[in-house]
Amino acid sequence: MAGLMAAAGLVLSGCKMAVMDPKGPVGAGEKDLILLAVALMLIPVIPVIVMTVAFAWKYRASNTRATYAPDFEHSNRIEAVVWAVPCLIILALGAVTWVSTHTLDPRKAVAATTPNVKPVEVEVVSLDWKWLFIYPDYGVASVNELALPVGTPVHFRLTSATVMNAFFVPQLGSQIYTMTGMETQLNLRADAAGDYEGMSTNYSGEGFAGMKFTARAMDQAGFDAWIAKAKTSTKSLDTAGYAALAKRSQDVPASFYGSVDPNLFHRVLNKCADGSTTCTDDGMKMAMVKSMSAEQCKKATKIERKS
Amino acid sequence: MHPAKIYPENLLTGKLGIDSVPWHEPIIMVAGAGMVGGAILVLGLITYFKQWKYLWTEWLTSVDHKKIGAMYIILALIMLLRGFADALMMRTQQALASGGGHGYLPPEHFDQIFTAHGVIMIFFMAMPFVVGLMNIVMPLQIGARDVAFPYLNSMSFWLTAAGAILVNVSLVVGEFAHTGWLAYPPLSELSYSPGVGVDYYLWALQISGLGTLLSGVNLVTTIFKMRAPGMTLMRMPIFTWTTLAANILIIAAFPILTVTLAMLGLDRYFGMHFFTNEAGGNPMMYVNLIWAWGHPEVYILVLPAFGIFSEVVPTFSGKRLFGYDGMVYATMCICLLSFVVWLHHFFTMGAGANVNAFFGITTMIISIPTGVKIFNWLFTMFRGRVRFEVPMLWTTGFIITFVIGGMTGVLMAVPGADFVLHNSVFLIAHFHNVIIGGVVFACIAGLNYWFPKAFGFRLHAGLGKVSFWCWLVGFYIAFMPLYALGLMGMTRRLDYMNNPVWHVYLIVAMVGALIIFAGIIAQVAQIAYSIWKRDELRDVTGDPWDARTLEWATSSPPPFYNFAVVPEIGNHDAFWDAKQRGQGHPRPKTYEPIHMPRNTPTGLLIGLVSVGLGFGLVWHIWWMAGGALLVMIGLGIVHTFNEDRDYYVQPEEVKAIEDAYFARLQAANKKDAA
Repeated sequence: MAGLMAAAGLVLSGCKMAVMDPKGPVGAGEKDLILLAVALMLIPVIPVIVMTVAFAWKYRASNTRATYAPDFEHSNRIEAVVWAVPCLIILALGAVTWVSTHTLDPRKAVAATTPNVKPVEVEVVSLDWKWLFIYPDYGVASVNELALPVGTPVHFRLTSATVMNAFFVPQLGSQIYTMTGMETQLNLRADAAGDYEGMSTNYSGEGFAGMKFTARAMDQAGFDAWIAKAKTSTKSLDTAGYAALAKRSQDVPASFYGSVDPNLFHRVLNKCADGSTTCTDDGMKMAMVKSMSAEQCKKATKIERKS
Repeated sequence: MHPAKIYPENLLTGKLGIDSVPWHEPIIMVAGAGMVGGAILVLGLITYFKQWKYLWTEWLTSVDHKKIGAMYIILALIMLLRGFADALMMRTQQALASGGGHGYLPPEHFDQIFTAHGVIMIFFMAMPFVVGLMNIVMPLQIGARDVAFPYLNSMSFWLTAAGAILVNVSLVVGEFAHTGWLAYPPLSELSYSPGVGVDYYLWALQISGLGTLLSGVNLVTTIFKMRAPGMTLMRMPIFTWTTLAANILIIAAFPILTVTLAMLGLDRYFGMHFFTNEAGGNPMMYVNLIWAWGHPEVYILVLPAFGIFSEVVPTFSGKRLFGYDGMVYATMCICLLSFVVWLHHFFTMGAGANVNAFFGITTMIISIPTGVKIFNWLFTMFRGRVRFEVPMLWTTGFIITFVIGGMTGVLMAVPGADFVLHNSVFLIAHFHNVIIGGVVFACIAGLNYWFPKAFGFRLHAGLGKVSFWCWLVGFYIAFMPLYALGLMGMTRRLDYMNNPVWHVYLIVAMVGALIIFAGIIAQVAQIAYSIWKRDELRDVTGDPWDARTLEWATSSPPPFYNFAVVPEIGNHDAFWDAKQRGQGHPRPKTYEPIHMPRNTPTGLLIGLVSVGLGFGLVWHIWWMAGGALLVMIGLGIVHTFNEDRDYYVQPEEVKAIEDAYFARLQAANKKDAA
């Protein structure tokens, strides 16, 4: 109990609690949600703890003055209350859950603080054991360092080139799994400049503990400078560069790529980044074409052209 | 510091070679030597005291549900020590490796430890403990003379023990999985885990899982077919109800585990692609399937725990259980709902908001019947005369601890909150909060409560209280810091982290673990001391707690046939009811012959040979695996030709046993009167 109170105290003071010290709207929404849910649940939890101690004390065997009703086993009134109270709390919490799950949906776009600002696109690949961030609009990439302009929403598309991992920057909010052959999406925004710790939260093998990155939120000028600096890197993330990066390594320091194969994320997602295999989507298209009649094939090509 | 070497396969020893034993790892060698030494010591003592025959006839080959139950609990206690040793190593590693440096455990060793800790604590500690208590108590509560299939019961236990043996063999021969306790693919696939660790995991769980499934069938059948006359379903004690619910869940959920692990096995052994990254495999399917078993599993453990508290509270409050009907409906609600919540274990996989919200809300709904149960226990204490004997202390500790764990659980059922708490040590704190505060507290409460019934003498109360306070205080000190660390952004399963702020919290958590360790030592001491002082702690009446249900109506320990005359039941507090009418110990004029099963070594032998099956499969020693499987099938077939499986206990023998019991009862009454 004492520990719990100490923990609660720390939560309130916000002392070094990353999750309780959010730097963006997603994290802030999640912090408020946690506090609201805990407050709602304390409505029955505190009385239960108090009742436990009070009943244990009052009805202890040595207290012969307390009422003793050995056959008291049923009371419509009490039973109505003990079913109604949890039902009402869960009704309220259920409503909160429905609404908050939709507003905090990781795929839902986050608004910018100033109008007419386009989100920054970042493609994320988890590797053994480091993070690759590709900026397709700028043609640069970085390892274990993520740059974000303050106030601008960031749209992440994520996948994995190895086992399952999860992308998480506690102070920005929502984590999301990265999985081979699957694309997940996440939208975040940083509202204050600073360096925030990022990590994988899903255990991925012996280099897992060192799979950390820094999320650096900076003003637009700083971000532009960061991109420019990355561009000066002579390293290129082409097929050979990617193959070298994909090799297992641990506790990898931040590094930058001045040029990136624009199709790289698509190729990682479709498991053909090393160039030796057919991309999954191409393979599927070929399989579909093979099994189609000439008529269907014509139709399909038309549809593809339209879209 | 490399994983144990794997040799190119050969016909005789498969992948096994002399270097498969990690000779160069001092920690493993010391632990292994301790295990082997302990086993040799036990075997030596048995030989020295010439107890082999007794052990063989009275225990190893026994089909008596009370003895099988006791063996389950002994297995659970031994595995508790092993699993807790892993816990201490993790806590010391994280305490050391948070202040700079990487601690004393390399990652591949640390990863095996947290995997083994989870597997052992759930499958080989909590499960056997709960199944053991159900085995001992449930048939007595319903007035049965044994379970429906006594030989099957013996086999179930020995298969569970075989799984436990395989896990422990992996410590010394080869390696255990370093994948986490649910072995998520693709990490657990051959391309990322080429060693034998995952294979040990697979076969240990498949073999013990078979035992669990068979035990589930057995206990459900027993409850449906073997209740005493007059015991309608709504007159069953709550522990029997929760046993029914848990075993229905076992029958419904364990086949999912079996099939899921079998598919992973097909990937690993036959190059298939159910869950691989390549060739259309889909690891997300494994995650869904394993949790479709995994969440009901939580309730397989916690429902019987609720059942134990539902027996302890009325007994020590000297009062009927409040809201019996509500308890029954709440139990069955939880039983059903437990199958529609599995997705809350992976809200962060990217499912849409509708899906996440649905599973979040179904999860919260479970807290309604659970909350009702808590209130019912409280209103059972209300206007009672509460005696704080050891089981009641554990129960009080449970209520307070469990509501906190329940609260953090419902918090994480809100997907938006889970997005920042998932896979953090906040989650670790939550599930230890409910599993220690719920299941472990219940098991030890149940151990203290029913021990006199099973063995005829009570456990020492003083040492029991020491153990309780150490566990309770230790629990809070060990896990409250983890809640805080989770909010600070600390992820689970880290073998090192350079963070001076976390360092302090991790040291506190380690101290908490050491206090729990003191509680475990007190627990072991309590059992040892009570055996030594058993004559002083003797329970003569069979009813040491002034209890209410049928298991207390017979002597302690009960005769092997449980009840000389099967009682008629008119009430769910059958024994209390009879005591009120002055008929607690009716003495029949005549006795009938009693139909009983004969002991058989078949279950034991099949279980032991299944260790060979598992070991052969793990190391690709095909002759051993094939041979073991044939021997197991052969043993089963031979057993079907054994027609001398049952016999009748003659009325004279029953009369002699019962007369002795009534003489003891009378003597005790006289002593009380004087």
